[in-house]
Amino acid sequence: MAEARRRVRPGAAAFAARLASLAILIGLWQLAASLADTRTLPGPLAVAAFIGREIESGGMLTNIGVTLTRVAVSFVIAMTLGVLLGVALGRSRLADRMLDTPLLVILNTPALVITVLAYVWLGLTETAAIVAVALNKLPNVAVIMREGARSIDPGLEEMARTYRMDRRTWAAHVLVPQLQPFAVAAARSGISLAWKIVLVVELIGRPNGVGFAINYYFQLFDVTAVIGYSVAFMSVMLAIDTLILQPIDAHVRRWR
Amino acid sequence: MSAAGADTAPVLRVAIARKVYGAGGPEPVEAVRELSFQVTAGEIVCLIGPSGAGKTTTLRILLGLDRDFEGRIAPEPGGEGARLGMVFQEPRLLPWRSIEQNVRLALPRERRGRDLDDLFESLGLAPWRGRYPGALSLGMQRRVSLARALADEPRLLVLDEPFVSLDDAAAAGLRGLVTGAVERFGTSVLMVTHNVAEAIEIADRLLLLSARPARLIGEERLAVPRARRDRAFVEATRAALAARYPGVVAG
Repeated sequence: MAEARRRVRPGAAAFAARLASLAILIGLWQLAASLADTRTLPGPLAVAAFIGREIESGGMLTNIGVTLTRVAVSFVIAMTLGVLLGVALGRSRLADRMLDTPLLVILNTPALVITVLAYVWLGLTETAAIVAVALNKLPNVAVIMREGARSIDPGLEEMARTYRMDRRTWAAHVLVPQLQPFAVAAARSGISLAWKIVLVVELIGRPNGVGFAINYYFQLFDVTAVIGYSVAFMSVMLAIDTLILQPIDAHVRRWR
Repeated sequence: MSAAGADTAPVLRVAIARKVYGAGGPEPVEAVRELSFQVTAGEIVCLIGPSGAGKTTTLRILLGLDRDFEGRIAPEPGGEGARLGMVFQEPRLLPWRSIEQNVRLALPRERRGRDLDDLFESLGLAPWRGRYPGALSLGMQRRVSLARALADEPRLLVLDEPFVSLDDAAAAGLRGLVTGAVERFGTSVLMVTHNVAEAIEIADRLLLLSARPARLIGEERLAVPRARRDRAFVEATRAALAARYPGVVAG
């Protein structure tokens, strides 16, 4: 009981602190905008008004929906392949030796280069866009999961062998719980990376999405619209992190 | 008290000719040499030797965790017929699973749903079944580890320094649970320890090992029933052993 009460209070305090810092940030923005008084730094109210108009016209929701779909598909692909690759690298020294250099190469290739090459080789298609994003994110996931696979407790492995656990039991109750925190960390860092890259990919070669819209308004030199789109999409991604990924994280760590 | 004297078929037959670490390498280390012993039904055998003598190596061999050795173990280590329950030195529980799940998951799938009320009750774990291991003290975690080892009614219970870093009361409690389990289920026990007094309190037979490479240098049968082994008996026996095996038992 006492423990539960103690846990609620810091949570509420943290939430209040978050709100306060957000309010201060918006206040500073407003202050800077009114001091500068130029078209290149619109205030929060102007941006909010733009977001309202864009939502009403339907353009923003469509673009966010398209971008979110691309983030989701490439995220799922990159996570699946990255987890498999990372675990293989962490468990097999041979795989690690063979694939370490290619992994480093992709890890250090600029996102822009991968994107351009994907469009050149696969055409200006949806597939190319998804491949480019997934390929950009995959090495990060693999590296994090490799650490996870390396940190597997050998004592528990011996225990599982001594008790002759079947493969399914071992995977579900010994292996996966040890990898879960790493997978969640990879997902959280990966989703923010994915959406940033999706915007670049859309800017270069897609006729819709948030990246396309930002590029369009940039050419019109409409800064209010550029900031409005990024604020709106950032809010969506923050909501996904807070409402989906953080609860999963807390669930995975519940036994600690 | 126990079937130590009876000439029944052994539940474990160990004959390790040689175990070398890094064989063929620049600095091979011989861990075990010519180590043979048996454990009969219902018997408590303690393997005593100095730290680093190769006791844990021997255990790993009979658990089937280390197959790179010369010699023979019956039944086949890690095989279906081994019917062996293991209590590791560290409890080695799954911290993300409840106490009950920790015990059940070590059972083969077809017996995982069996009734474990008596087992949990007899080890004093009944109120803790739904908790995570992190909520328990080391002594209680060792009990869970013991419950896990006993859950499938093994013929042989293997214990690796199970009472290390417990306070006296917790160690005595756990010792009582081990001997109780032996008497209830007729399980044999093979226990590795460097604590001679502890071994004298619990064992039917002591096997004394040399420093590395581990070799059997003595065997002592303790005929006095466990219930009658008081502090004076333990001290006297210890002194006698120290005189006979000065390298193994400190005076």
